Amino acid sequence: MLSLLLILVAALFFTGIIIRTKSLASGRKGPGIIQPIKDVIRLFKKGSVYSQTTSIIFQIAPTIYFASVVMAMLVIPFGQSKGIISFNGDFIFFAYVLALGKFFSIISALDTGSSFEGMGASREALYSMFAEPAFFILMGSLALLTGYTSFHEIFAALHVGSYISYAITVLATFVLVMVAMIENSRMPIDDPKTHLELTMVHEVMILDNSGFDLGLILTAGFMKFAIYGALVVNLFIGMVRYEYAIPMFFAIQFLMAVSIGLIESFMARFRMSHNAQFIVALTSVSLLIFFAVLLILGKFA
Amino acid sequence: MVFVTAFVVTLIFAIVLLPFFNVKGRSVLFFSVVLLNAVLSSYFSIQTLLGQTFEVILPGSFVTGPIALRMDALSGWFMLIINLVFITGAFYGLYYLKAYQERRNRITLHGIAFIILHSSLLSLCVIQNSIAFLIAWEIMALSAFTLVIFESDKISVIKAGINYLIQSHVAIVFLMLGFIWVSIKTGSYDFNAFTAFTESSNSADSLVLFLFFFVGFAIKAGFVPFHTWLPYAHPAAPAHISGIMSGVIIKIGIFGILRMVTIIHTNYITIGYLILTISIVSSLYGVMLAIVQHNLKRLLAFHSIENIGIIGIGISLGCIGLGNGNPFLSSLGFAGALLHTLNHALFKSLLFYTAGNVYQATHILNVEQLGGLIKKMPQTSILFLIAAIAICGIPPFNGFVSEFIIYSGLYHWLQNAVLTWLIVIIFSILALVMVGGLAMLCFTKAFGIVFLGTPRHEIHNEVKEAPFVQLIPLYIIAAFIVFIGLFPKLFLTLLEKPAGLLSGNQFFTILTFQGKAMNALQPIGWAAMGLFALILFVLLVRRIVQRKAKIEVAPTWGCGYVAPTAKLQYTASSFVRSYGKLFGAIILWFKKEKEVEGIFPTDGHYESHTYDRLEQWIIDKPIMVYKSFMGRFLFLQNGKLQYYILYGIVFIVSIICIPLFYEKLVIIIDFLKQL
Repeated sequence: MLSLLLILVAALFFTGIIIRTKSLASGRKGPGIIQPIKDVIRLFKKGSVYSQTTSIIFQIAPTIYFASVVMAMLVIPFGQSKGIISFNGDFIFFAYVLALGKFFSIISALDTGSSFEGMGASREALYSMFAEPAFFILMGSLALLTGYTSFHEIFAALHVGSYISYAITVLATFVLVMVAMIENSRMPIDDPKTHLELTMVHEVMILDNSGFDLGLILTAGFMKFAIYGALVVNLFIGMVRYEYAIPMFFAIQFLMAVSIGLIESFMARFRMSHNAQFIVALTSVSLLIFFAVLLILGKFA
Repeated sequence: MVFVTAFVVTLIFAIVLLPFFNVKGRSVLFFSVVLLNAVLSSYFSIQTLLGQTFEVILPGSFVTGPIALRMDALSGWFMLIINLVFITGAFYGLYYLKAYQERRNRITLHGIAFIILHSSLLSLCVIQNSIAFLIAWEIMALSAFTLVIFESDKISVIKAGINYLIQSHVAIVFLMLGFIWVSIKTGSYDFNAFTAFTESSNSADSLVLFLFFFVGFAIKAGFVPFHTWLPYAHPAAPAHISGIMSGVIIKIGIFGILRMVTIIHTNYITIGYLILTISIVSSLYGVMLAIVQHNLKRLLAFHSIENIGIIGIGISLGCIGLGNGNPFLSSLGFAGALLHTLNHALFKSLLFYTAGNVYQATHILNVEQLGGLIKKMPQTSILFLIAAIAICGIPPFNGFVSEFIIYSGLYHWLQNAVLTWLIVIIFSILALVMVGGLAMLCFTKAFGIVFLGTPRHEIHNEVKEAPFVQLIPLYIIAAFIVFIGLFPKLFLTLLEKPAGLLSGNQFFTILTFQGKAMNALQPIGWAAMGLFALILFVLLVRRIVQRKAKIEVAPTWGCGYVAPTAKLQYTASSFVRSYGKLFGAIILWFKKEKEVEGIFPTDGHYESHTYDRLEQWIIDKPIMVYKSFMGRFLFLQNGKLQYYILYGIVFIVSIICIPLFYEKLVIIIDFLKQL
């Protein structure tokens, strides 16, 4: 329950901080931190335009996408306190329920019969397929390290002790941040601010969404960021008491948002054809984590 | 005993009576016989799942010896799956075949073969006598062949049918070798002899024996590299038969493997690793080729290979658990495999039936030419969508539950494994995740291109939804898919006995399942319900909010271009193009292109199609070599009757003379040896 509240609060500011960081980095003053939320609220009130090609799939897809992200949010724990849904193997559920949202956003893009949106759909399907192994291997390594198979138990039992485990935490943070970037279609993979439909991934898929539906999609995007931020936080706060853990939560979320803003300000997007290689490289990083865990557990002996 | 007689008598009566009825009477008789068989056998199956076993020993003949019919929980589980798919398949088939009503004789034959196939599959689950089993197996193969070649005036159908016929006989050869081996060693045809034989013989022997059976059954099940018949046979058959083949016939191969696991005692760890390797290869290879297929039914057929691979991963976990004395791992593995068998039977038959609806409405199966069907056939589309989500293993439907159990098995095994195993496990997880992602790519393509967008091809007849009666069986299957997703624990309770039987733990109770990973299934059910509730809630909010808002309808945004045509849409090929470039090494691509060039350009064209690389290596090349070798003896086949009579005479004379001169020959050979 606690984690749900915290994630929701973090989601309110996360995207705003990214945008603010980017504007500061480029020498502008930039909008206020809750401007994205204001935008979404305005979208919720607006009417919508639906393409005449679309069918019921296009109508329900944003809702299902939103619902899947909310479901995924419910399984995230916060340190010693469980998520609302918590069971052994809940991280499998987490990944697969997010896949449900992706499935619908892909087919809703195809529903418009557009020449661009199919392009985004095709890329999204391919990239998310490559991103998932990294997440599963990371969770498998942590499960092996701690001996548990649910988010809550894994994170509660995880404590940073030796140098190797520092390395593991750093690598795990890297993997989670990168998976977050892929899932949210952010910089090294996709540029949300690009002006050309041919080079977009996520943005091109939602070209035809408007009004309430677009609001749902954007809200889901904010929450997704906060969810992955919360996962990163969980790597560090396993044993920490709440009075320290909660400030730490916000500090890390803030740090993550700022660093995403900085990455987006100073890095160029990868070439589309190189994205797949990059994402596969992520899997090998998580394999490194796996081998480090083997090293800690003395399995090589 | 009475029931066995009743079963056989019903069968014979039905077959004899069927041709004498008119169309309506035939349909009624046909369906009621299938229903009767199903209800009768299901009654016993359910009892076996509750813990009973049945045994009937028929006297048999002097060839077969006494024929034992035994029914345990494993047979019960598979018989229930068979019955479920056959009842829905028969009902759907009645309506699907309406278009072919004028071919009276062919439909009668089809109906008879259908009933025989049903009975033979059911009997395969209970017969525990080698010879009787082989006979039933042959009947099954032949009746399935008859069903596949329903549209036998198409060359491609006949070719696919014969391909299937030959490969299923290769399977029979392997099974026969295994059975002969045991019967020579023990002098008994009873399956119980297997256990005694393998317990007394050394481990290498029983391993090889298992391998014979594994290859035999794997050909039927469609494991890579024994899969090549499958992508031909499934699309060639009428839709309800494709559904049954994919849902049940290939599962009888899985049943065979599981049966052999229970009766052959051997080194389970070696078997486990072997099955694991083959299964991972099958699942990856199946889905990789499925993505690039353009024929909808062929695409689904390749997905059967993928799902057989997933079932195989479950079986291999079960075997490894057996070998390690880890009953928890083995029950998780077998339970996952058995549940996935049911799940695959459900969603795959639903997919084939909906593909059948599409074919009936449009007479097209090439996905590149379809599009926008959701507006004309909304019910079929939604049913296809449910099955597509389920087959990708995405919650809240049934596919997720069985994949979750298999994942749980892998993560459970991870906890107490040594180094080499850990590497194996992590790559298995990797493979399973990849399969999930690739399946999503494949089914977003299949659903998105076939049902969404605008039509890519002008269809001359009117496209309309199938009549509601025809959709009833589809709705029943969809209800099962949703139901298993919402109440997974209930089905796990049913699996208690069969999984217990396989994992060798006869005292298996639900308590074992309530171990660490298994108390997860209840929350999964809740989470699925929560997801549904949440979706409905948000939809409701959306409805209320949008009631006041202004809703407009406009053309799709085309970056300012205002005259887009259907040809500008993304196609199936373009959707998977970047995938194809990445995996080009595995799939065989053939391209034919003529570029547009010159000052006055002429027509250009581009054409690409894919082929199964393994099929090229395993089937095509050896056949080519064989053909060129046999070509040297072509002079014997010269078409002159006189020569053929001569060959006959030479053959008969040599058959008669060789025994007469046998002793002389022996003397000569001895003499030669002494030299």
